[in-house]
Amino acid sequence: MDQPVKISIDNLTKVFYKKNNSVTAIQNITLNVAEGEFVCIVGPSGCGKTTLLRILADLEQPSSGTFSIESDTDFRPLQSMVFQEKGVIPWLTVEENVAFGLKMRHLPKEFVRKQTNYYLKKVGLTKFSKLYPKELSGGMKQRISIARAFANDPEILLMDEPFAALDEQNKFILQEELLSIWSETKKTVIFITHSIDEALLLSDRIVLMSAQPGKIVEEIKVPLPRPRTIEQVRANLEMAEQFITIWNHLQQEVQKSRK
Amino acid sequence: MQEEKEGKLYNPYETEQQEWKKQQVKERGKQLLTIVSPIFILLLWEICSRTGVLDIRFFPPPSAIVSTFFELMTSGLLWTHISVSLYRIAAGFLLGVIPGILIGLLMGLYAPIRHFISPIIMAFMPIPTLALLPIIIILFGIGDFSKVVTIAGSVFFPVVINTVAGVLNIEKVHLDVAKNYGASPTDFFLRIAFPGALPVMLEGIQMGQAIALLTIVAAEMMGATSGIGYLIWTSYKAFMLKEMFVGLILISFFGFLFSLFLRGLQRKIVPWR
Repeated sequence: MDQPVKISIDNLTKVFYKKNNSVTAIQNITLNVAEGEFVCIVGPSGCGKTTLLRILADLEQPSSGTFSIESDTDFRPLQSMVFQEKGVIPWLTVEENVAFGLKMRHLPKEFVRKQTNYYLKKVGLTKFSKLYPKELSGGMKQRISIARAFANDPEILLMDEPFAALDEQNKFILQEELLSIWSETKKTVIFITHSIDEALLLSDRIVLMSAQPGKIVEEIKVPLPRPRTIEQVRANLEMAEQFITIWNHLQQEVQKSRK
Repeated sequence: MQEEKEGKLYNPYETEQQEWKKQQVKERGKQLLTIVSPIFILLLWEICSRTGVLDIRFFPPPSAIVSTFFELMTSGLLWTHISVSLYRIAAGFLLGVIPGILIGLLMGLYAPIRHFISPIIMAFMPIPTLALLPIIIILFGIGDFSKVVTIAGSVFFPVVINTVAGVLNIEKVHLDVAKNYGASPTDFFLRIAFPGALPVMLEGIQMGQAIALLTIVAAEMMGATSGIGYLIWTSYKAFMLKEMFVGLILISFFGFLFSLFLRGLQRKIVPWR
């Protein structure tokens, strides 16, 4: 990749310590992500992928190691996170949720309004902007979360299994929508998932992690040209092989963690 | 979209519509029951008093109580009692609710404050404020203010406890969202902690309202020269039971009214629930 490095993660380790026993959630994670790259981190549940993301999101402090996110402006926040299903704030309307990051930064009202409306339209929620999240389906709520993160216009986007709780059809639709918004902004993304299909569809590179302690065991490039659709991924023979490689790896990891 | 059944044509939409109409009738029936039940009790009482099943000296019929109410009202005496009590309730309620919310929010948000204040609250809560009335009178005199303080003291506890619970019940992911999107302490307080705690807080306020009424009557019975509680007590001592019942029914009426008001307020300020 000839793009400059956007995120450099150097030897990150996180240990959770509880009453005489400690769990190493992630161990010596070293990873560079290039500007504009879409990286999926795939691993069995409990492999520390969420911990890694939370450290990058500044919600958790690493036990050792460092990371840095390149930035050449003070205006943009370093990162914004798309949370799992419950990340939408129930007492704010759809509009207020999307504007949340911008409002927290106390940007000019007119700018907030424009930016919010733009992304509301992008995710097809303009009609619902005055409603409260309780009136919307799970898929629509995740659209709010995505719009909120993109509207905030951060240096990088962090996504923590945003589609895990959705049904299959909705998942496909949102994945393609995400790709279309992403291709417009070319943000650097770290996306966590346990779905191999999702990783193959979305990412430029897949990082495979092992469980307990969470380590990077393999990196797989996904050379499929963009724009991609789920049909293409399904029809591509090479992708089918990749799927099996990743699947075998995951199975081994799951077996290991059972012993 | 028609289906033949036992030689008759059924339209699925029509059947569903009829089903829906039946549901509506049932709903209305339930609402009617709610209105009918107090009327039913009053009628039963009226009949029992008039037929002598209930001793008329102790249980005057509601119609007699109503006419006593109007007599007292026209003499202006009742109005004084009502307004004095309402003033004490309102002032005591606010004096209990506002610090309750503030201290509750602080306790919910800052663990050291919570750990410091919790034992104090746990120690004071089981003591009925009414039992403290003598001390309150020593401290604040026998005037209105001592009743206001008594009510405030009783209202404070359910509000503070529910506010703490409200803050602690906010989903962790919402706190993460606020942090990740860079909420300042003020924004966090106003946009996350306060609205997030509001539903449970309002339950506490609802409880506080009920307790305020319980407290005012007892406090006025013990140490006051006016108010609905005073009216009830003095009427009882003078064996003017109609007047006493006027007081009791007034308390019940205001309790009902306040509950209704607070519930309406709840719907207005937590529309997202």
